[in-house]
Amino acid sequence: MIRGIAALLLFQLFGESLVFLSGLPVPGPVVGLVLLVVALQGSRTLVPALQAPVEQVADGLLTNLGLLFVPAGVGIVSLSSVLGEQGGAIAVVLVLSAIVTLAVTVWTFVLTRRLLAGAGTR
Amino acid sequence: MHDPVELWVYLSAAPLVWLTLTVCTWLVATEASIRMGRHPLANPVLTSVLMLSAALWLFEVPYERFFAGAQFVHFLLGPATVAIAVPLFRQWNEVRRVLLPMGAALAVGSVVAVGSVLLLGHALGLSHEVLLSFLPKSATAGVAMAISEGLGGDPSLTAVLVILTGIVGALVDTPLMNAMGITDYAARGFAVGLTSHGIGTARAYDVDLTAGLFAGIAMALNAIATSILVPIAARLAA
Repeated sequence: MIRGIAALLLFQLFGESLVFLSGLPVPGPVVGLVLLVVALQGSRTLVPALQAPVEQVADGLLTNLGLLFVPAGVGIVSLSSVLGEQGGAIAVVLVLSAIVTLAVTVWTFVLTRRLLAGAGTR
Repeated sequence: MHDPVELWVYLSAAPLVWLTLTVCTWLVATEASIRMGRHPLANPVLTSVLMLSAALWLFEVPYERFFAGAQFVHFLLGPATVAIAVPLFRQWNEVRRVLLPMGAALAVGSVVAVGSVLLLGHALGLSHEVLLSFLPKSATAGVAMAISEGLGGDPSLTAVLVILTGIVGALVDTPLMNAMGITDYAARGFAVGLTSHGIGTARAYDVDLTAGLFAGIAMALNAIATSILVPIAARLAA
């Protein structure tokens, strides 16, 4: 287990360092994520020791991902003034944006798949 | 010997009590969610936040003191974001099979997720700080908060908006997709994972296994896309 934790922390550290040095506007953990995918792809031949422990810790973290949002979410208690003033507008944007994003994304997926299938059968 | 009242004074000042309360509240909320058939409104993140907020208000505990304990859980968001690499890696063959539809849906969907907030927020007169905190709302919380913080937004507000977006998407998803007549469960899952990150993914798994798989992939990909798009949108907002 400790190996898996060490690997995740190391890749986050690599990501944070790369972001700091390059000035990329991407969060360090996201760069760590990309680096880990690349490393896991390579690990089939390179470092078989990496895969099993990383998967074990990652599954544990991801099945309880919701818990990790809770401390920040409780920060709502110190936001009552913002939510009081702009709460109505925030709610409208939130709901409309979610509906539009869902609809446009699903349509793009279905349409592209149909176009490709059409091109394939011709 | 000490008085029991002194014990409370002693404990409430230490991080341990708030960390314990956070973890135990989560367990209770998860159990409740399972018993209610994982209804989106019984989302354990939402109910945990409500219960803990009520506790802080009741005992007049400032958020900073609570966070001194809860930060040990909060810190794991970074490693958990890196951990999303594992499902992405496992499903790599699925990803490759429908690479083009996914790429197109990701490109269009991620732009709409950020752009709709920018346009609607502007039109409805949201303040600049709220707008900055709002833009990454479709990305998973750890990533969204890091983006928001890096641009001068309020990470706590972002966390709340991310969670609410997750719940709204999970609630709206099934009726909307049925009304649109979409029967492709890969597409349905991808849309809800892109829009509503982990909460949407959990919902997709409840509906259909393929939908859940694609929701997870969309969540991982949109975390990356959002972190590239939001700094651009923030420049447009300024």
